[in-house]
Amino acid sequence: MVEPPLALLAEVTHRCPLRCPYCSNPVELARASEELSTDEWTRVFAEAAALGCLQVHLSGGEPTARRDFPQLAAAARRAGLYVNLITAGVALVPAMLDDVDHVQLSVQDSEEAGAERIGGMRGAQARKRAAAALVRGRGLPLTLNAVVHRQNLHHLPELIALALEWGASRIEVAHVQYYGWALANRAALLPTRAMLDEATRIVDAARLAHAGRLAIDYVVPDYHASRPKACMGGWARRFLAVSPTGRILPCHAAETLPMDFPNVRDTTLRAAWEGHPAFARFRGTAWMPAPCAGCEHAERDWGGCRCQAFALTGDLHATDPACALSAHHGLLADAVAEAGTDGFRPRAFS
Amino acid sequence: MTPRFAPGVRLQEDKARGRWVVLAPERMFVPDEHALAVLRLVDGARDEAAIVAALAAQFDAPAEVIAGDVRAMLADLLSRGALRDG
Repeated sequence: MVEPPLALLAEVTHRCPLRCPYCSNPVELARASEELSTDEWTRVFAEAAALGCLQVHLSGGEPTARRDFPQLAAAARRAGLYVNLITAGVALVPAMLDDVDHVQLSVQDSEEAGAERIGGMRGAQARKRAAAALVRGRGLPLTLNAVVHRQNLHHLPELIALALEWGASRIEVAHVQYYGWALANRAALLPTRAMLDEATRIVDAARLAHAGRLAIDYVVPDYHASRPKACMGGWARRFLAVSPTGRILPCHAAETLPMDFPNVRDTTLRAAWEGHPAFARFRGTAWMPAPCAGCEHAERDWGGCRCQAFALTGDLHATDPACALSAHHGLLADAVAEAGTDGFRPRAFS
Repeated sequence: MTPRFAPGVRLQEDKARGRWVVLAPERMFVPDEHALAVLRLVDGARDEAAIVAALAAQFDAPAEVIAGDVRAMLADLLSRGALRDG
């Protein structure tokens, strides 16, 4: 018996007016003409709820770039899912919030010049501020999502202040994770150990200072870690993702892996989750080679991240190099040593 | 005090797993049976005394025995951000 997933990440489009160099979308972006239809997403939401998902994250790209976004949110709510909208907030209008339970709004920097340089869109910051006001005006809870890296970490206190100013009850201070676009731009984004330690100190102090008013979630970059993260809570254990073109994935980054994944146009979420070889392949611990096999941490970190292991070692089964026990752990220190450029390649359709 | 669910927080049946869950922004938790009994009575109208009275009737127990448990439970749910007062 396979435990059902708790949440669905629905990447409804790869289209986005921003061009963040750490975008978690694949480097090969899907075109609008290939995207699932309203009816197909409606079926996906119903299947996800029936399978056991409780929450849906409507994400992208920019999910509100879809003209049918209000219908998608309504379909997700009708299915009984808790609807999280993950947005850049540059084109938010009231009708988009009618069937949303919570909004996570991204910010690229605390001040306009930096935000425009990183996000690549003029005037975005004022629109985001207005979006935050719209969300709070509707009485919806707001999370600010601040992706932090070498180019904006010096503004971390101001980003936390921005969350308070805009009425957020949560802020996610998320260090960039290095897949896709972020991996390509790693040298411009990866912080030094000193930068990371300073950020951690700032977050710890802010948690105390704003307790009860602002919750702070903190995601650290595993390039400075000695143990890997339990990516997605383990392969195909808690989360399910569906790409704009309908690929069913254990995580949104898994499209970077040389594997065959099922598609909602050919099968159901239940059949994929419970029976497809791609989902079974790295679930649990039976697939693990040394040093993961038999390791006391195996059921805590599940061997780390398959996408990172493959991206850095070329071996799908390798222990995540973030682990100090990995033979490839030195790759991370090398990357940190080589980082320090300012230029980056904004995301774009090829 | 008169508890109500915080914005974006709700109690929902998790049919696939035969239980009830509290859903909140990007997190969830599974209340134990005592917390669930309290949460089912939270409607923004009942105050703490009304919740205690309802539970006393439901479980056929003296209100003064239940009152302490309810107070501690509500304080815990408040500190977790699931409930608000008033």
